[in-house]
Amino acid sequence: MGKYLRRKILIYLITFFVAVTLDWFIPRMMPGNPIDSILARVAKMPSQEQVQILRSHLMKSFGMDVPIFEQYINFWGAMFKGDLGVSINYFPKPVTEIIKDALPFDLLLTVPALLLSWVIGNKFGAFAARKKRMDNWVLPIWYIISAMPYLWLGILLSWTLGVNMDLFPVAGAYSFSREPSFSWEFIIDYLHHWVLPFLSLFIVQLGGWAIGMRNMIIYELEADYSRYMETMGMPQKLIRRYAYKNAILPQVTGLAIQVGLLVTGALTTEIVFSYPGIGYLLNQAILRQDYFLVQGCFLFIIIGVLLANFAIDIIYVFIDPRVRHSVGGDGA
Amino acid sequence: MKKALIVFLLFTMLFGVVAFSEQYERNETLYVTGGLWGPPTNWNPALPWDAVTGTNGLVYEPLYLYDAVHDELTPWLAESSSWVDEYTTEIKLRKGIKWSDGEEFNAEDVAFTFNLPERVESIYYRTLFNKMSNVVAVDEYTVRITFNQRMYREWNYQLYQIPMLPEHIWADRSSEEILSSSNEEHCIGTGAYLLDSYGQDRMVWVRNDDWWAKDLLGLEVAPKRVVVVVALSNNVVLGMMMKGEELDLSNDFLPGVPTIKRAYDIHTWYEGAPYMKPDATTMLFLNNERKPFDDPEFRKAIAFAVNKQEIVDRVFEKMVLPANALGFLPSDGWMKFYHEDIVNEFGYEYNVEKAKEILKNAGYKDVDGDGYLEAKDGEKLDFEITVPFGWTDWMESIRIVAKSLKTVGIKAEAKFPEYNKYFEDLTHGDYDMALNNFGAGVTNTPWTLYRWLFDEIIGGVAYNENFERYADSAEMRELYRAFNETKDDDEAQQYMRQLQRKFLEDMPVVPLFYNGLWFAGNNGVWTNWPAEGGDNQYYPNSYQGGWVLGGLMMLTKLQAK
Repeated sequence: MGKYLRRKILIYLITFFVAVTLDWFIPRMMPGNPIDSILARVAKMPSQEQVQILRSHLMKSFGMDVPIFEQYINFWGAMFKGDLGVSINYFPKPVTEIIKDALPFDLLLTVPALLLSWVIGNKFGAFAARKKRMDNWVLPIWYIISAMPYLWLGILLSWTLGVNMDLFPVAGAYSFSREPSFSWEFIIDYLHHWVLPFLSLFIVQLGGWAIGMRNMIIYELEADYSRYMETMGMPQKLIRRYAYKNAILPQVTGLAIQVGLLVTGALTTEIVFSYPGIGYLLNQAILRQDYFLVQGCFLFIIIGVLLANFAIDIIYVFIDPRVRHSVGGDGA
Repeated sequence: MKKALIVFLLFTMLFGVVAFSEQYERNETLYVTGGLWGPPTNWNPALPWDAVTGTNGLVYEPLYLYDAVHDELTPWLAESSSWVDEYTTEIKLRKGIKWSDGEEFNAEDVAFTFNLPERVESIYYRTLFNKMSNVVAVDEYTVRITFNQRMYREWNYQLYQIPMLPEHIWADRSSEEILSSSNEEHCIGTGAYLLDSYGQDRMVWVRNDDWWAKDLLGLEVAPKRVVVVVALSNNVVLGMMMKGEELDLSNDFLPGVPTIKRAYDIHTWYEGAPYMKPDATTMLFLNNERKPFDDPEFRKAIAFAVNKQEIVDRVFEKMVLPANALGFLPSDGWMKFYHEDIVNEFGYEYNVEKAKEILKNAGYKDVDGDGYLEAKDGEKLDFEITVPFGWTDWMESIRIVAKSLKTVGIKAEAKFPEYNKYFEDLTHGDYDMALNNFGAGVTNTPWTLYRWLFDEIIGGVAYNENFERYADSAEMRELYRAFNETKDDDEAQQYMRQLQRKFLEDMPVVPLFYNGLWFAGNNGVWTNWPAEGGDNQYYPNSYQGGWVLGGLMMLTKLQAK
């Protein structure tokens, strides 16, 4: 077990190093320069001497006036001190603050959407796997909803329930006429704004999990051990329980991977509902080459994905006896 | 688990009773979109390209405002100003203006502001400072500025660009702090609004009830709060507008406004086409350093070939106007220098036959019979026209330009690189043709347009001027500088005539259309929106830099239902 862990950790550290280096490197290889696009916005200043002075000042304050290898070293040094730099786009807000302020809005959307759709999708999928007649009409529905782009469903919900039927607001995380406060009114207002974006994510993901689970259950119910238990006269409930435990394994893997990616936010949903999350900020950072915000966000994504993978590896030791044996069997 | 949930609910209910959530009164609040695209992070007037919209204009104010509709420089913090000699201007300030922390505003603040670039070398108006030889507060309410060159037109432009800074707060701030602070703690100006609060997707300005203009000018801004909302896409803005009470003013480009206007009681400046006031001339830039764009005849042929009206009709649903031959915005400040006779003699209009004739006479023939012209030396011609990806109206516009060029035999294709690539290519002279309008916005003088078109490029990269790299720029510079240096309007007109004639003879760039000041007002809660010929005729611009053109004054005229 120890050797297994040590090997895993070593691989993850190497992956982390390579991924972060690439993440640092790629935006800087894109054509164009974020400083130049800031300078373009200084359009009202009628002289380019001015622009030259400003340019050298900006290059210096973002540490871009040193050779590129030195910038790389500085980056690692700062990162270990917890300093992810200052955003170019949202100057002078530090990157850690930007992520800290924007991420919670996304997480409160994406985490419930993912978890609820997983739990309900699995139950629903398992149920449909047993009931042939229901399966006939519910499976096509799942295919349709899981194929819907988030963007499309979002606009549809926004238009019908938001604009036409006026049941829900169509923009923002909470009313533009309120400031956040720990009060009942605010929480209700927040939930009111939360419903449509949540639904646009939940519905689509539900389809995916349900289809996956349904297929897995059917496969398990037709496996040799299920047939054997049936001939032995075991109760249906026991057979279903065993099948469920086996079928859930790939779903757990899928869930863990999705959890790792939660830190990217939900870009299209944010755009459709003008929801203040990290997805849009990251997207803009990439397009406008805000090196520091891109690095910072991707650092979290890399960490998230690696942690999630690591968690799967560990969890599997506990929930899958086959893995447990092979790990234990390798010698402590 | 269940017990924890019950405890949590009780806890929140308890707080819900104790904590009170204020909600802004609907008819005291103005919701605005278009000027903010991310979380507000900067309220620093020394970083005007970064500061949240409203910092300059609602909080910090300049000496003058410019009424972009009536071409009037309105004395604001200044009461009056005049030239005491060729190089010296004297500004008299209003008495009785206070900063929002109670301190008095006076000549010390003005002198401090204009002298600041001496200490803070990278501040945005450093080159203006370089043109001043002396700034002094003569007495408590009078400032004298002596320039080392004559610059009358430019100075009038700068009078409404530079917001005044409070000396008693900024004098002790280091250069580093001034250039990198968010200024959230020190957001103290003379203006009509104060920083109230902000969130990830909004900026809330609250009315300053001690604003000087109430007593001194009898002006009051109607909305108690101005909430600038981040709306990340047009469908959100349209949705909010259509719901009736969620959004009041939008400065976003909303395709479809002409269609839904009636149904949803949406207000625009003009009741019919072009609906929007012209704001900036969008030009087709031709890279004069590349063959055959170095040939004026080729450029002129392009001017005759492009069907501007088609762009106006099909791309913009008539929400814009085709540009006149010079690209002069139809605003009084510019049009008073527009010489119709020169345009008639040397100008152009949409005429495909004439374009073909010019090309033929200049020696461009279709040698290999593929339907497209080759260069005079036989080289194949195949051009790219670029605009940033995602700017859909411009993307469609250049498709039409490419189509127009094809009808006269010039092979061109519309391309849409990412913004940073587009801008890098444009500024480095690495393009064939491209659209741009960044420096062609409405101002008090066409000097700004000619400066943007023909200023000198230093160091090979043209950040903010002369994208087309016109060969005879030096001649144009002499002319617009002479224009700037004279107060005599007759003399000024002569320089303009020469500029315009050379422009039309050589066509370094082709003006296409006027990007509109996109403005949609919702009549649900507020009325008396700016309109042509109406009671409220102020430029409804809520962008950074737009409040001083009329956006602020618009707020004094709005009425809540």
